[in-house]
Amino acid sequence: MPADMRTYLAHVELPNPILTASGCAGTGRELAPFADVTRLGALTTRTITMAPRAGRPTPRMAETPSGLLNAVGLQGPGVDVFLARELPWLAERGVRTVVSIGGGSVAEFSALARKLTDAPGVTALEVNLSCPNVEDRGRVFARDPSAAGEVVSAVRTAARYDLPVIAKLQPDVADVVAIAKACVDGGAEALSMINNPVGMAIDVDRMRPALAAGTGGLSGPAIRPLAVKCVWQVHAALPGTPVIGMGGVTSGRDALELVLAGACAVAVGTVLFHDPYAGHRVLRELEELLQERGFDRLADAVGLAHRPSHRTDREESSL
Amino acid sequence: MAGSPVQVTGTVLTMRRVDAYHALTVVAPGIADRFRPGHFVTVAVGGPRTSTLTRRAFAVHDVKPDYGGTVELVFTVRGAGTAWLADRRARDPLDLIGPLGRPFPLPRDPASCLLVGSEYGAAGLFALADALQQRNCRVDFVLGAASSDRVFGALRARRMAETATLTTRDGSLGVRGSVVDVLPGVIADTHADVVYACGPMATLGGVTAVCAEFGIPVQVSVEELMACGIGLCMTCTVPVIGDDGVTRMTRACVDGPVFRGERVRFDDVGTIPFDAHGAPGGDRAR
Repeated sequence: MPADMRTYLAHVELPNPILTASGCAGTGRELAPFADVTRLGALTTRTITMAPRAGRPTPRMAETPSGLLNAVGLQGPGVDVFLARELPWLAERGVRTVVSIGGGSVAEFSALARKLTDAPGVTALEVNLSCPNVEDRGRVFARDPSAAGEVVSAVRTAARYDLPVIAKLQPDVADVVAIAKACVDGGAEALSMINNPVGMAIDVDRMRPALAAGTGGLSGPAIRPLAVKCVWQVHAALPGTPVIGMGGVTSGRDALELVLAGACAVAVGTVLFHDPYAGHRVLRELEELLQERGFDRLADAVGLAHRPSHRTDREESSL
Repeated sequence: MAGSPVQVTGTVLTMRRVDAYHALTVVAPGIADRFRPGHFVTVAVGGPRTSTLTRRAFAVHDVKPDYGGTVELVFTVRGAGTAWLADRRARDPLDLIGPLGRPFPLPRDPASCLLVGSEYGAAGLFALADALQQRNCRVDFVLGAASSDRVFGALRARRMAETATLTTRDGSLGVRGSVVDVLPGVIADTHADVVYACGPMATLGGVTAVCAEFGIPVQVSVEELMACGIGLCMTCTVPVIGDDGVTRMTRACVDGPVFRGERVRFDDVGTIPFDAHGAPGGDRAR
């Protein structure tokens, strides 16, 4: 019998645990010719900002071993165009939609939450904490527990009570558990991890940085061990908080690794650039792997790698 | 996006050398059926457990009805991805997505069309030339490259076109110089009504400037670094002026790669123009 793949983000039930990561599924329309977006657990939008943004200059992308450096700079038309043209397309088709939001100040985040909270078709809000805080000399919210907590709590206050708020965390911080706890204390019902750690590449032929912006976010299988570690640590510290695991997932095995570390849902990101059908393939592979291992429910596998080991030699140690 | 692109596992039919380039023919019926001149395809490189995740985008040189439909791509080895592709042999499977992008618009009535291509970017012009000739258009070519072995399709261009002007940087074939240098003379001689151009940004900028002097329309197919080719990744953006006069960072993969030359802000490629929609400092919120 196939395993029960249902999963929950707070009280919201998803029919399966495979989401798309923010900024990797376009508006949904671009993916639609290749894969049925309604069959995804949920689609996460690119980060929506208050005003339109032109993004960063090109080159915005550099390929690195098993990864991709990008500095797109949150290009997008702004929340009003999103509400007028992009969200209705998703809502009409019944696509479960997690809207990622980004801003330069706490006020901007809460204004976005207010604009989006009653829009039809929003399943949850994801707070992109990797935005520079203009009120704190451009330091990103995700690097400071109090700033992260403050943003999450402002969004939680502005959003309708039954709309889950997800905080998206960055791995290149001193203590990801401290940030996670601050976000949960601020009212986040779920955590999404990991966002891209910052990296850099230099083009040795041109002898200049490969990206126009200099540094960029690293994604792809290169960062998967970072994601496993962050999910593992946060699940150990906050076992009751649902975690959406992401970072370089390309197969069902990769997804299962994050599930065993403690993720109750898994997002595919960069792999969609390589294979737009990847979400559905990963779901099918994950289902098969769970079935092979005798699981009746996905939920039974979540965090299973944390179970105490039963090796007797350890207990017998004279130390 | 004209038509609907498909993702298919094609089968390599042949891989051959053409001058300095590789030409790869793949059986991919779904793509061949939908193809129109100017479309491009993307290829996943490195096999199923690849460490190179971005898809490689290629102009289509030719489609043929053989074996249900074949697609021919022309490329040069520039890195690990194209090196892997150059190692493909007959019967190897290949993950292809296409046809992608906005194709070349064709004139409704017979016109004199000048096709300008630089290096292997010229590959995309031959299917266009066929389509134009079927509409009784006059076709002339200007093809250029760094050296004679890098001028793509010179023979075919000479055979099919009224005239074919060749240029090389080192003077080893045709006129010494670039395609832009000979363009004013060729436009005057051929009484070109419209110019189509493929090649690097700098060349396209030069071609557009010459066409502006002559007051004739020019359609350019831009080459910008892409990761996905289907509009997801937002990396292939180019500053393009829209119908409303507003400059937007426009995706070359879905809104291009073919643009009206005068709409592309070639001098501002690699920057965010200060007056672009959503440029930093151009809005109230920041």
